[in-house]
Parts: sequence; C-alpha cells; structure tokens
Amino acid sequence: MAHSEDIDPETIYRTDALIAEDIDAYLETHQHKTMLRFITCGSVDDGKSTLIGRLLYDSKMIFEDQLATLEADSKKVGTQGQEIDFALLVDGLAAEREQGITIDVAYRFFATEKRKFIVADTPGHEQYTRNMVTGASTADLAVILIDARQGILTQTRRHSYLAHLIGIKHLVVAVNKMDLVGYDQVVYDKIIADYTAFAEEIGIAAFTPIPISGLAGDNITSKSEKTPWYDGPALVEHLENVEVMVTANQARPLRMGVQWVNRPNLDFRGFSGQIASGTVKPGDPVRILPSGKTTTVKRIVTLDGNLDEAVAGQSVTLTLADEIDCSRGDVISAVDAPPQVADQFETTIVWMDESELLPGRSYWMKIGTQFVSATVQPPKYQVNVNNMEQLAAKTLELNGIGVAEIATDRPIIFEPYADNRDLGGFILIDKISNATVAAGMLHFCLRRSQNVHWQDVDVDRAAHALQKRQEPRVVWFTGLSGSGKSTIANMVEKRLHALGKHSFLLDGDNVRHGLNKDLGFTDVDRVENIRRIGEVAKLMADAGLIVLTAFISPFRAERQLVRSMLPDDEFIEIFVDTPLSVAEERDVKGLYKKARAGELKNFTGIDSDYEIPQNPEMRIDTTKMSPEEAAEIIVDKIVGSWSYTI
Amino acid sequence: MSLTHLQRLESEAIHIMREVAAEAEKPVMLYSVGKDSAVMLHLAKKAFFPSPPPFPLLHVDTTWKFREMYSLREKSAKDAGMELLVHQNPEAKERGINPFDHGGLHTDMWKTQGLKQAIDEHGFDAAFGGARRDEEKSRAKERIFSFRSANHRWDPKNQRPELWKLYNTRKSKGESIRVFPLSNWTELDIWQYIHLENIEIVPLYFSARRPTVERDGMLLMIDDERFRFEEGEKPVERSIRFRTLGCYPLTGAVESEATTLPQIIQEMLLTTTSERQGRAIDHDQAASMEKKKQEGYF
Repeated sequence: MAHSEDIDPETIYRTDALIAEDIDAYLETHQHKTMLRFITCGSVDDGKSTLIGRLLYDSKMIFEDQLATLEADSKKVGTQGQEIDFALLVDGLAAEREQGITIDVAYRFFATEKRKFIVADTPGHEQYTRNMVTGASTADLAVILIDARQGILTQTRRHSYLAHLIGIKHLVVAVNKMDLVGYDQVVYDKIIADYTAFAEEIGIAAFTPIPISGLAGDNITSKSEKTPWYDGPALVEHLENVEVMVTANQARPLRMGVQWVNRPNLDFRGFSGQIASGTVKPGDPVRILPSGKTTTVKRIVTLDGNLDEAVAGQSVTLTLADEIDCSRGDVISAVDAPPQVADQFETTIVWMDESELLPGRSYWMKIGTQFVSATVQPPKYQVNVNNMEQLAAKTLELNGIGVAEIATDRPIIFEPYADNRDLGGFILIDKISNATVAAGMLHFCLRRSQNVHWQDVDVDRAAHALQKRQEPRVVWFTGLSGSGKSTIANMVEKRLHALGKHSFLLDGDNVRHGLNKDLGFTDVDRVENIRRIGEVAKLMADAGLIVLTAFISPFRAERQLVRSMLPDDEFIEIFVDTPLSVAEERDVKGLYKKARAGELKNFTGIDSDYEIPQNPEMRIDTTKMSPEEAAEIIVDKIVGSWSYTI
Repeated sequence: MSLTHLQRLESEAIHIMREVAAEAEKPVMLYSVGKDSAVMLHLAKKAFFPSPPPFPLLHVDTTWKFREMYSLREKSAKDAGMELLVHQNPEAKERGINPFDHGGLHTDMWKTQGLKQAIDEHGFDAAFGGARRDEEKSRAKERIFSFRSANHRWDPKNQRPELWKLYNTRKSKGESIRVFPLSNWTELDIWQYIHLENIEIVPLYFSARRPTVERDGMLLMIDDERFRFEEGEKPVERSIRFRTLGCYPLTGAVESEATTLPQIIQEMLLTTTSERQGRAIDHDQAASMEKKKQEGYF
C-alpha cells in the first residue's frame, strides 16, 4: 500500500515533545508560519460543521473544559447519539443551536507546523448567498463539500458558482462521508466526472478533488489506508502548500490606497496605507492618482525604523521626495503602470438587503479608500444561482446576483476585480439606513465614460437666463397626496406669470401621461419617475426657466439626487406639510378611500412610506395658512432677492 | 517574500485602526491593562508613528483591579503619549457595589453600565476593544465592526456584512461602533507577538509566590486588605500566575513556575483548559457571553 496512517497527526500540528524540551526552537519555527484563509461550503447535511470540528479537534484547539461542555451538549442536543457531535463545537449563537442550523459567517482558527488557518464557516442554507459571498471575499481557497451518497446537488453548483464569482483561485472538491459508501472508488470517480463537466461549463479552470470522511478522519490530516486508490494529498497537506493571494499579488505593479495622511508636525508628511499589490523601495518613482503627478519614494517609515522594502499585504507609511497633493482616497502607484480612472463601469452586484435595489437611486459606494456616490442602472440580467441561467430583471432582491452598469458622481481609481480585489471590489451603502446593501465587482469601464465629452455650446445656461432677465430655479413641492401641492404650485405660477417671469409647471397630469406613462407605483418606478422629472427640470433650468414641480416624491434620496444635479441655491425644496389625517379627510380625488379599501396598492401614507424632508428651504403648514398666503410667501422667496434688479 | 501570519495579523489590525481614525468622528481605545490591551496599544503606536495615536485611552474601572494593573496603566499611557481617561460608575461607587456582596451585579454596574456612561458622556462614536474571536463561541460570529444602537444594544441578527477590507462606518446619530482589531488573533498569536515585539505586560502574568486562598475550585489572590476571607480560610503562599486579568476577587490564578515568556507559552501550549475558565462571569449559563453582549457588555 502506497500510503497508510503512518503519519502521526502530532507531527503535522505540533510536537509536544519539542515544546517541552526546547521551547525557543519551537517558537523560532512558529514565528515563520504563513497564513491561509479558506471557506467551507456545503449543504446542511454535508458534514461541514463536523469537518471543521474535526480540524479544530485534531489540531488540539479544543481544551478539556470545552470538551466537557461539548460532551454534555452532545448528549443533550447532539445528533450522534452518545458520540461526540463535532458540529456542536462550531455552531455558535443560542438561537441557532436550538434550530440546529448555522445562520451566519463564523471564523475559526487552527494551526499546523507550517501555517495558521482562518476558516470562514458559512451556511449552506437556501437564503444565505449573502453570507457565503461575505465569507468568500477574504478567502484564498474554498472547500466544496459533497455528500458521497448524494452526489452533486443544486447547492453544490450554487456554492461552486459563488466561489468562482468571488474569484477564488483554489477550489477543493471534498467528497465527504466516504465511510458511508464503503470507500468505493466507483462512487467517487462518478462524482468527480460529473463535477468536472459542470466546472468546465461555468469556467472553473482547475480544482483539487479529495475523498474524505470528516467523521472518521480519513484523508484529513494524513492519507487514509481505506482509500488506497487515491494518490493525491490529504486535505491538510494540500491546505499547507497552496500559494496565498497576498504573495501572488507581490508580482503585480505597485498600488497603495492612501488611508490616512500622517502629519505630526510641519516637518513630516507621510501617507499611510496597506499595499494592495507590488513592492516598494526608497527611490522608486511613483505616480499619484487621480492627479497623475509623479515623484519618488523617500522613506518607508515604521516604529521599528525605516524599511529597505515593503511588499503587498503590509501596512506602511511612505514619505515622498516632493511636496505633492495627496489625500485619503488617492492611490500611489507604479509610475509606468498606473491603474485606470473612470466613472462608468460594468459590474456584477450581489444584493444583500431586505429592501430591493432601486435603479437610479443614489447610493454611497466604498471602493478601497475611496468614498463616492453611485447610481445603478437596471440590471442587464440576473443570474439564477442554481443553474446559472440569465434571467431578465428590473431590480435585484435579497441574495439576487446580477450584471449591471454603475455610474459614479466623480471618476474613481480602479482595477478589474479579477486583477485586484482591493481596487475592484466595492460595497454599496444606503444613504438613509446606512446599511451595507450590496457587494460588487468591477469588470471594466465603459468606453463612453472615457470618450464622451460635453459639446461646448455658445448659447450657454447663463445666456439663456440673461435673455429672460431672471435666474433659473427648480421649486420642488413635496408632500402627501392631497396635501395641496398642485393647488399652491398653480397659484405660484399664476403670480410669476403676472410678474413677467418665464416658468413651467411639471405635475402628474403632464408627466404621467407622456414622459412617464410606462411607469407604475412600485418603489422602483417611483425612483425612476422622480429621476426623469429631475432631469427634465434640470434641462428647463438650463434653458433659464423657473420650474415648478408638484409630485409626492416620497423618498429623501431622490429629492437629494435632484438637488445634487443643480448649482447651489437653484433648488428650492418646499415641504407642503399636511398631516395624513387632514389630507385623508379632504380626499379631493377619493384616492384615500380606495387605498383604504385595498383597491389602490403602494399608496403613500397608507402602505408606502413618505420620508419627511429634514432641511427643506420652506415648510408650508397648510393647517395654519391658506393656499393664497402660501403662494405669496413662496413667490417672495423665489423672486424676492432679485426682482428689484430688473 | 512571504509574510508570516503575525506580520499579516499586524498589518490587518493597523489597517483597521487607520480606517477608524480616518472615518470616525470621535474614536477611543478601551484599555483594560490586560495582555490583549497591551498588544492593541502597541499596534496603535505602530499604525500612526511618528504621530501619537489620534485618540485617547479609556479605562472603565471597577476599583477592584489588581494594584499592579493600576501602576502599568499610568506608565503605558504616558509612554504612548496618549490621554488616559478613567471612568468609575458613580452610582456603583455610591452604593458600594463590590464583587463579594453583589455577584453578577458587580460586573453589570461597574463594567457594562460604566462603559455605556463613559461612551455617552464623551460622545465617542467608535471604541476599539481587544476581544478576539477565538475566546468564546458566540464571539466567532462577531464582526470586526460591531454596531450598537443608541441604547448600546447588540443585535446579532442585524449586523452588517463585512466584505474584503471594506468596513462601512456610516451610522446614525447616537449609534456607535465597537471595533475589534484583534478579531483574528488567537491566544497563542498574542503571546508570540508580545514575545517578538518585547511588549511590556503586567508582572502578574509571570509566576511568583503570592498570597492565595482556594475557593470553589478557583485560586484567588489576596491583593489588598479589602479581601474577605470565608470561614476557615487562611492565606497560603503559592507560586502562581494569571492567564487573564480582571477584578482580583473574580480572577482565578493557575499554579505555575513560568517566569519567562517562552515558559508561559510553553505552559499554554501544554495546558488543557481554555483561557476564559479563569473568569467567574462566564460560568453563569451556557450562552452567558451572548446575553451579556446583547445587553451591552463589551
């Protein structure tokens, strides 16, 4: 027999004898360990927790008191009869323990003689794509567990696809529970053949198959004599020898996102950050982005003295030879191979929030140390993670994965995700709830973002405004249905007209029937509705008009979006503040009655939210003043400051 | 060049601290004077050198820590060039809350309530803590950036996903973040790093002959005259050291001859009980840590 259990697990993990005899020698070897992060994925019954429990147990990461608790728990809630249930070691929170499922990402640690390992333990449950993507984002390697009795399941495909999507280069396909199929090579070969076909289909270039039993310990720390037909490495042996990402990144050009400018006094200005790729030495020429200015590295400063060299993965502080503008969000890069700068991209997005993606809405985007506003276009397609089918989609819901274009409000420095996770991976943050709503991967920038330039026109917005002898404004009325927006806006326009002002009123009647007749009243459509109105209002303001708009416009984020499209002071938000009870009592169009009867869905104030403006330019309390009074003070506000100069 | 696991853990912790310094409005570092705090403080010095760390240290004091801890506390803050804030819950002080008479209430009032008071009082929006994921099962799922509601509650079902190295630090008014830069360190990593970097720690971690009594299977050290003896108890000199440090009447010692760091590490590697066993507060109930955390305990 080629292999047997002649390797004592003791020699793989740690040698108690060496620890006892020569602790200094032991410490010396252990100071040179490297680190690998990996993720285990499998379905609920694939024995994932058992495998991790086994790895911890074999590496002696479990102490006697923990073992005593484990033994007691095993008898109480375990699934292995009187045997130790390793799974209980890794199932954390009380609520989950009772349900018998893991519902989040947990991180575990163990070490061998060569390496320290961080394991991201993620659930195999249907609704938890989000957790697996989270756990995989920091992993060098993924272990895909397959129950030998079941073969490849939908979940296996899904986990493999996700691992591949996140760009994990090292995949281990561990066919588990080999003890339950009599260590049968035929069963194993069939599963691996099936998997190979599937892997080719989705573009997985290579993987390492291993037959194991987490429960019995076969091919985990050492080669099992039960599988003489298998001539590859045991799982731990493989984990010890795989190249980690951070080392591979050293071969690429230098990139370091500036996190923090270190300025203790006027004589020192350093730029702190973690090197994303490449290496750096004093004297190296570098380019600062986005400015494109070049200089050389003067020193690599640390508490322990200056360094001669620093590499990808290290956190350092660099000083530069020249006084160059450089701040948080900038990237210090190799002078002759800088990353790209653009503001429109094709991306893959994984949606992670209970509230669905609203295309057109402005979200915060964090990428490296850059923080910008970004809007997402409606997805080109959504991917069904079970069969990798591309489906048409208007939005993405929790755990949805899709390909969509993203536009940022200013150019950002990036690299394709496949080349660099640090400069290609991003998160989206909801501006109101502050929740992390999505993770994404930039693939490439869109040509038009680099090539489209504004046509310079001779008759510009200032010329338009001058001809009309007025300053353009967008007067934005917002409030509940029936609050009095249209009534007041109408009166305001009449007065403006009488004053000889050039204005235009946009309201439901002239917009919903034409420009926006394809839109309904879902949240997604409401966002798009306001976005279009905002764009039209902006064009009219460019033409020099005073634009009045009267729409419920229930979401703060969209009102903010329109505000941000216009120069300061040109956007005047007017909150027509009528309490729901009053608006409902007036019910001019009988809509509240219908909504209450359930005949109208998504009605603001009833079953759809209205987000009250926090700092409107004006608030009109309609319970305290008449529409005429309101119109008068609004007109005063609009023309007051410059009406006398005409 | 392959980075070692300690180099990578160090780099990660520094990256986390700089993100907080850049994005939080008013950060603070919780400093308990233990070995994890010592490592965290050392990393902060490295992260911002040659500037001093741009935040103060906060010790949430119970008045019942070991005397050696108080003296190292002052020295460490001074060496780092950082402001040291000490908070003692005035209500606990007035009511004379102590570990002998008040059991769980002692930890709750001095530590849990004390921490909330200090954070509210100073308006800190981010607080670094030295907790590690390997300490305890429920901590394995804790995020590096852990969000607390305006009333300091931790909701395990409502934590933000943490992807890559991208930490979302946005929060609403009143909310705060606990940040754990040592999340991915193990007890062995901590000791090895202290050894490698020559970090000063409280001498109680090293073995010496100290006055003790044995109570409920725990070895307690008599650190000052406030210690209350139970019937039949007499101080016995034993060669002991501590694997973890807290309030002295609640912290169990281990008998040991380890007087150097390699010997401590040696003992730790050959030992068979986990680190938190020396802390009385964990034995209350199975999921005790998780409950405490939800209530706002660090």
